[in-house]
Amino acid sequence: MPDLSGMRFSQSHEWVKTDGDSATVGITEYAQSQLGDVIYLELPNVGQTLEQGGKLGVIESVKAASDLYSPVAGQVSEVNQELKEHPEYVNQDPYGKGWIIKLAGVKDNSALFDAKAYDAFVQGQSGS
Amino acid sequence: MTAERTPLYEEHLRLGAQMTNFSGWVMPLQYSSIREEHRAVREAVGLFDLSHMGELRLTDDVLAQRVVSRDLGKLRPGRAQYAMLCNADGGIVDDVLVYAMADGSHLLVVNAGNQDSDFDWIRSHGDGAVLNVGRDWALLGVQGPHAVGLVQRLADQDVSALRYYAFAEGKVAGVTGIISRTGYTGEDGFEIFCANRDASRLWRTMLEEGRDDGIRPAGLGARDTLRLEAGLRLYGNDMDAATNPLEAGLDWTLSLDREFIGRDAILRARDKGLTRILVGLRMLDRSIPRHGYPVVNDGERIGVVTSGNVSFTLGYNIAMAYVPPTLADPGARVGVDVRGTAVPAEVVALPFYKRPHPK
Repeated sequence: MPDLSGMRFSQSHEWVKTDGDSATVGITEYAQSQLGDVIYLELPNVGQTLEQGGKLGVIESVKAASDLYSPVAGQVSEVNQELKEHPEYVNQDPYGKGWIIKLAGVKDNSALFDAKAYDAFVQGQSGS
Repeated sequence: MTAERTPLYEEHLRLGAQMTNFSGWVMPLQYSSIREEHRAVREAVGLFDLSHMGELRLTDDVLAQRVVSRDLGKLRPGRAQYAMLCNADGGIVDDVLVYAMADGSHLLVVNAGNQDSDFDWIRSHGDGAVLNVGRDWALLGVQGPHAVGLVQRLADQDVSALRYYAFAEGKVAGVTGIISRTGYTGEDGFEIFCANRDASRLWRTMLEEGRDDGIRPAGLGARDTLRLEAGLRLYGNDMDAATNPLEAGLDWTLSLDREFIGRDAILRARDKGLTRILVGLRMLDRSIPRHGYPVVNDGERIGVVTSGNVSFTLGYNIAMAYVPPTLADPGARVGVDVRGTAVPAEVVALPFYKRPHPK
């Protein structure tokens, strides 16, 4: 299990790890397990500005297409190009090589869950 | 209404399956990964619970001939055939497998969600000559290049000699049932009918004995991606009561030289000319086509996707879609409207995938 202590989590199951005013964004283990086999991602262009909670892109699994939302506001500085050829990285390593985008100019992520609060939120959602 | 459970429900939970509601039944969607289960069926062997499927037994030959689209007079005992049930307008009530039993009766294997409506519909055309036995029977699919070897090792007779779409009554792993060389994956293999009480024993023996064959339990997710590659239509997705078999590209399931319900309407539709036909589409970029997405041409909506997904085997995305006959020939270019963008696609012949050495 990767160290999630420095990460923050959204209600729509994205994670964000900030480093100064830059951030890396992906989807959580719970999200990937619910989606099942990821086969395609529609991602923003570098330079695009995203709002907190705004649409980031679309993630497609065998089962369905789902919207992705940005957990923080910022400007897209990098897109994980590896996912074009290997969308399954999102399933295999959602907190590592399955990262989705990087953002610059990130300020506030105080509205997000920490790992413990997110865990409790997921427990509540899955009803277990 | 509570979803029905198959006799293998507990087995699925034990294997950690993700369950889903399908046509009123709670069924395994996937056990590990749809991709891995799909691959196991193409390269080794997969085990499916198909017990949600319905079975109707028709003892009245005249009634069977009236409701089924093919000439059952030509179907010898021990053989099965894919056929349509049509309504008087020529619309597809269901797509079924018809088994000619040794005692002269016919067994119809029907879609899970249609078993009760099919039963009522057939009964409305002939009283008392049809039995709804779907809930008494379990059905296991054993599919993939290693399926025949595995079932043969467990069978009490030479099942490898059965031809495609032939079946025999006998025992597998000591369980009495019907062993049928049929499937819905595009691979060789069997579908095995048995009594509900024997289903778990057969299921577990298959998984144990098939370990060296690389067997995996496979859920409805893989079943859907496999049947799509094989160009097999899914009732309710690719066709329904508002579709006739000609539009669905199923002309070969019709014996139009004899009477059956819907024949006259189908002949009239044929003479009038079809307005749409089901085709295969190969997507020319990475977007995933899905059921209900519009098919477009020069900015105009000309059709609709009925099934679509990634093809794990072929490495590109595929769909089945209704388009006008003028754009139905292989090589024709159309667009699929994916979230407002017309993604280019090419019409290709069905099936998308054919196994290397069919029997």
